[in-house]
Amino acid sequence: MNRTYELMFIVRPDMAEEDLDKLISTLETVVSTSGGTVKSVERMGKRRLAYTVRRFHDGVYVLLTVEGSGGLVHELERRLRVTEPVIKFLSVRIDEEQKRLAKIKAIRDARKKAPATPAPAAEGGETAPATA
Amino acid sequence: MADETRTPTATAEAPAASEGHTQRPPSRGPRPGGGPGGPREGGRKYFRRKKVCKFCVEKIESINYKDVRLLAQFVAESGKIVPRRLTGVCTPHQRRLSCAIKQARNIALLPFAGRAM
Repeated sequence: MNRTYELMFIVRPDMAEEDLDKLISTLETVVSTSGGTVKSVERMGKRRLAYTVRRFHDGVYVLLTVEGSGGLVHELERRLRVTEPVIKFLSVRIDEEQKRLAKIKAIRDARKKAPATPAPAAEGGETAPATA
Repeated sequence: MADETRTPTATAEAPAASEGHTQRPPSRGPRPGGGPGGPREGGRKYFRRKKVCKFCVEKIESINYKDVRLLAQFVAESGKIVPRRLTGVCTPHQRRLSCAIKQARNIALLPFAGRAM
């Protein structure tokens, strides 16, 4: 069962750029060996933390989007936990949300193509995606 | 009691919230009347604007924990999630919003308590 997950993690701000590259590449190899795919790696750069984490006031955010099974995420989380420079991480499953958004978008596009529908009909339809 | 403590935070938060969108500032004035104790019998003293759900009106579907700008509008100065009765967000959206805020807190994008730092 392949699902899409988003792993966001924070590494300590004093970490060298090469070490971060190395960390990301090891994570990528972990993903590929356990039968998943890395969809994207986004470095969000240095950001101020909202509260102190391990006595750090800021950290480097990295966002990793992967596709794979739950076991893969489990393994990635384990690795992040034992990696010293990683101070915090969060993994979120996003495929259901993406599906929901795609559905809403499809409905909206369909409505845009048929602008002949009167206003009350459009209003009635608007409430549907919100409650769905 | 709870209302009394909460109203100052809501009003204090108003300038921050008003930056993002336009329809909020005029509605902020009469709001401290809140729920109970409104002057009903002696005729309406003031006009209370109908609160609307920002997400329904602006058609924002994705409430994501990464969108700190958006989430910060619904977090009080103290770091608390602002209740629906103050913001006017509809129930389905408030549910998503609170989930997103909690995720953002977890990854240190939003504070658990107070405007940190």
